[in-house]
Amino acid sequence: MFPRPIEQTSPASQWLYKIAVPVALVVWLLPLLGVALTSIRPATDLAQGNYFGIPSAIALENYVQIFTESPIAGYMLNSFKVTVPTVIGAVALSCMTGFALAIYGFRLNLIVFFMFVAGNFVPFQILMVPVRDLTLKMGMYNSWTGLAMFHIAFQTGFCTLFMRNFIKALPYELIEAARVEGVTEWQIFWHVVLPLMRPAIAALSVLIFTFIWNDYFWATVLTTSAESQPITAGLSSLNGQWIAQWHLVSAGSILAALPPVLMFFLMQRHFIAGLTLGAVK
Amino acid sequence: MANTVWKAKRRNLAPWLFLAPGLIMFIVYVIIPIFQSMWISFYDWDGLGEKTWLGLANYVELLDDDAFYTSLKNNVIWLVLYMLALPAGLFIAIFLNQSIRGMRLYKSLFFFPFVISQVVVGLMFSWFYAPNFGLFYNLIESFTGQGIAILADDRFVTYGIIVAGLWPQIAYVMILYLTGLNNVAPDQIEAARLDGAKGWKMLWYVVLPQLRPATFIAVVVTVIGALRSFDLVSVMTDGGPYGSSRVLSFYMYEQALSEYGYRMGYGAAIAVVLFAIMMVFISGFIWKMWRDERGR
Repeated sequence: MFPRPIEQTSPASQWLYKIAVPVALVVWLLPLLGVALTSIRPATDLAQGNYFGIPSAIALENYVQIFTESPIAGYMLNSFKVTVPTVIGAVALSCMTGFALAIYGFRLNLIVFFMFVAGNFVPFQILMVPVRDLTLKMGMYNSWTGLAMFHIAFQTGFCTLFMRNFIKALPYELIEAARVEGVTEWQIFWHVVLPLMRPAIAALSVLIFTFIWNDYFWATVLTTSAESQPITAGLSSLNGQWIAQWHLVSAGSILAALPPVLMFFLMQRHFIAGLTLGAVK
Repeated sequence: MANTVWKAKRRNLAPWLFLAPGLIMFIVYVIIPIFQSMWISFYDWDGLGEKTWLGLANYVELLDDDAFYTSLKNNVIWLVLYMLALPAGLFIAIFLNQSIRGMRLYKSLFFFPFVISQVVVGLMFSWFYAPNFGLFYNLIESFTGQGIAILADDRFVTYGIIVAGLWPQIAYVMILYLTGLNNVAPDQIEAARLDGAKGWKMLWYVVLPQLRPATFIAVVVTVIGALRSFDLVSVMTDGGPYGSSRVLSFYMYEQALSEYGYRMGYGAAIAVVLFAIMMVFISGFIWKMWRDERGR
């Protein structure tokens, strides 16, 4: 193990380490802690210049206020409307593409695979004008469907990379054995491979959920009004309205951050497995 | 006989049937738009009316556009400084690679910044930097006697935004390295220890070579992250003050879709330049993957 396990060092340095870790954590998360604290700070504190001190009272009414005086609940709902179909769509499509690329040795295999991989890394701006135009033409501009359609298509690139590598690592004998039994290709996919893909599906689902929930660029390009904007775009426009009302901005920020954070905590192992794919081979 | 021919045919067709839905979506929404953008970059177009063919005029105009050079310069600064995420992430990963009680929780809390939307990160740091009351502003003031409004100062604004961007990026790199450290061969470490290696030497000659795959992924995601930077610029400064914090991705958006005008053609030309820069890195990445695939 590197570095040397702390248990093998002197008691003094063990102590030091056990103090250093939480201290470092507090410093590291200072921006977040500041915002969390401000989100429960009464407006009067800010007026009196108490921006970073201890709040004089716990003002949960900030949260009530943003729910009653801003369309934030609608923004959150829009985010779910975009995110959930995207997760389902991208994962479903990539299960199939990943299966095709991992199992069959056809001639264009690597070309198609690298097309997915490369496409996944292009800057969004090169897609912006045509995708906006396409969405307009399909009558999906400024709607969650238009946003979800693009996200499904784009995320399929990353998901294919992931799924293909995952299936490639499964024992190929399973497929051969099934073929000898005379099972159709679809049944192999459905009954043999898909059940083994559960961990990959879980990992991708949490990852894609977070990516899409946090997307801001496409939200600003493909939606314009509060009826269809997700929370990231909504929060940014609320920030323009709530000038100097940092307690409200903070409460909104915490709210926007909550779903992906919860998702991460519930599915931590899968999340990290998805993110570090390829980093450890 | 006929049966086996049919079966073979079916097996040749099968991959394409599985690929079709995903591939079609990807081609329609990603591959074709790349070429469409290149095409649009030769036109003058407001996004609605007739397109007017300009040939290379958009690109010629770029050569003479100060805002373009500012954005390009800022992109280079982003790219260079973003690389700090690698040593910083490695440092934190090594720092946390112990097994004291509650370490799992600590590690995931350290990873937190990456899970949060960049919009939220941008707002947090704006608050941190805010003139007169921001924590950072006050800190500088107590040291130098005069606070600096980072986001309103064209000398510092880009650096201020990059620091905000580094925060989640370091967390990302950290998690890559933590996973990598988990897989470092213990027997090699022990052998090196017996040979008297420790500290820097151990890190440089024994550990880092084994972390190569993690480093590779970290470089890829950091380069891509630096060149894609848009959210933070948009949320924290909207490109200002006086356009000094623009990057190519933001400038493109501004030209094509903001109140400054709907110059789709000019925006597309900027996007093509950004794409070309990115392709250098993407090709390198694909080239390495290609070799790995062939090799196994």
